[in-house]
Amino acid sequence: MFQATALNRRNARIETGMRVAYLGMTLMLIVPVLLVLGVLIDKGAPALSWEFLTEVPLKGMTEGGIFPALMGTVALVLVALLASVPVGVAAAIYLSEYAPNTWLTRLVNLAIINLAGVPSIVHALFGVGAFVMFFGFGTSILAASLTLAVMTLPVVIVSTRESLRAVPQEFREACWTLGATRWQTIWRIVLPNAISGILTGVILEVSRTVGETAPIMFTGAAFFLPFLPQSVFDQTMAMSLHLFVISTQVPDVPEALPYAVALALIAVVLVMNAASIAFRVVLRRRKKW
Amino acid sequence: MTFGTSRRSTTCEGVLGETPPAIRTVGLNLWYGDFQALKDVEIEVPRGSITGMIGPSGCGKSTLLRCVTRIVERVGGVRTTGGLQVLGHDIYAPDVELVQLRKRVGMVFQRPNPLPLSIRNNVLFGHAIHTTSVRGAKAERQQLLESALREVMLWDKVKDRLDARAIDLSLEEQQKLCIARLLPVKPSILLMDEPCSALDPDGTAAIEQLIWSLRGEYTILIVTHNMAQARRATEQCAFMLGGTVVEYSKTETMFASPAAKRTADYIEGRYG
Ligand SMILES: Nc1ncnc2c1ncn2[C@@H]1O[C@H](COP(=O)(O)OP(=O)(O)O)[C@@H](O)[C@H]1O
Ligand SMILES: [Mg+2]
Repeated sequence: MFQATALNRRNARIETGMRVAYLGMTLMLIVPVLLVLGVLIDKGAPALSWEFLTEVPLKGMTEGGIFPALMGTVALVLVALLASVPVGVAAAIYLSEYAPNTWLTRLVNLAIINLAGVPSIVHALFGVGAFVMFFGFGTSILAASLTLAVMTLPVVIVSTRESLRAVPQEFREACWTLGATRWQTIWRIVLPNAISGILTGVILEVSRTVGETAPIMFTGAAFFLPFLPQSVFDQTMAMSLHLFVISTQVPDVPEALPYAVALALIAVVLVMNAASIAFRVVLRRRKKW
Repeated sequence: MTFGTSRRSTTCEGVLGETPPAIRTVGLNLWYGDFQALKDVEIEVPRGSITGMIGPSGCGKSTLLRCVTRIVERVGGVRTTGGLQVLGHDIYAPDVELVQLRKRVGMVFQRPNPLPLSIRNNVLFGHAIHTTSVRGAKAERQQLLESALREVMLWDKVKDRLDARAIDLSLEEQQKLCIARLLPVKPSILLMDEPCSALDPDGTAAIEQLIWSLRGEYTILIVTHNMAQARRATEQCAFMLGGTVVEYSKTETMFASPAAKRTADYIEGRYG
């Protein structure tokens, strides 16, 4: 009575085939990640050591460590975050919570989308014109970080706006009908419920910023500078540029060195991501419903 | 009493010697863009009673309710003409502070919408946003909390878990909480937009009982799709159709001998 017909069997075969195909595609995602990490570890590990992280480059960057570049990258990213997160989040709050649906709002939204599509080398030229020259910051951490900030602003705005929009409208209506102002509603209800989404956007931004080379190489990152910057108006080394330089510009670099730098670069991304995730978890835990 | 923040004005209340109705609309029209959702609505809601509003979906019941707190203007492209008085005061007057208006007029929605906070903070939310001192007055807050929850018959159920999340309550309890949330800011008018339509029959009965118990202390304007409920729970009733008020009379009169044929058809379920 309940025996399978030919059609049932055929559908079952398709079902299995599809499941296997999708699983295969998913597993294939892991392959490049494992390959990249595997190659980096295999080739870079010999050069890795505590001294590699804590010493300055020596002998025309063919020996020694990457300490100034490591610190420089951290500084560049932090200053960029300090600039882009407040501006981006504020703009997103305006666009999502306040802006009436007018042509101006639509124009701004269009501008944001287009800004996200501008290649990073164009941002670099903009950074030179605006921050290095017009504002007179010179080639400095400040100019480079602001260039990075402009470049990543659209990501912050869009991800923040989407997290704000994901907060159910009913919550806002409940607040408004109680006489809450828009800001009271945002501060007490909307932001606490959107914060983890907003931080996810910031994490994405960090990952992208750490690896960028073009926007910083004309605006503040130095080829070789074996000491730490003293203020945001100094130049600094940065890991991404350092990697580029020792891979292409410097003769007689030991083979393992660039791989070790790349490994450290990825480690910085992972550490920063982990920090944001931990922050997010703490925020979630603190949220007392 | 006035909705202006600072000034006290002598309006009709004292001068005429009679209390004005809770809500009075005068030739109220409303457009969403080009679409006219309210047409010449004239209605007077007496104080302290329960007024029902019935009519098919899309006839403008929610829109009318949302006019009373002017929350409807939060959607872009809304235009209104005509007059709307709440407790004798023109709410379109330039000196009206919407925060003050909304404190006097509470609203309950179709789907219970407790805030993502604890039960305690839901009830005290209105109090929190309308008071400047954050510290102190703990006893006062506790008292507000308890009396609001007692008034909606929820205190005994939740008194041991006031810090639990509000969204973990049952729908009926959530809806009671949404009503309780309005009370600490001392409203005079409660607008209820199909408050039982997400609830099962037991929940509906409980909310109806609650609404009945609030009668007198608050003026209640309730939208319902449930004819039996309109009949049971209201004193006067308005029937709306296509943005106009077709009929507005005592509930017994409307259900026993409706004046308009369209009302009779609707009540008997011929469309809706
Ligand atoms: N924000 C809006 N924009 C445009 N039209 C709307 C909006 N809200 C409601 N309407 C329209 O106004 C009419 C009345 O809606 P509503 O007041 O919600 O009706 P009801 O509550 O009686 O079902 C409907 O035809 C609806 O489509
Ligand atoms: Mg409705």
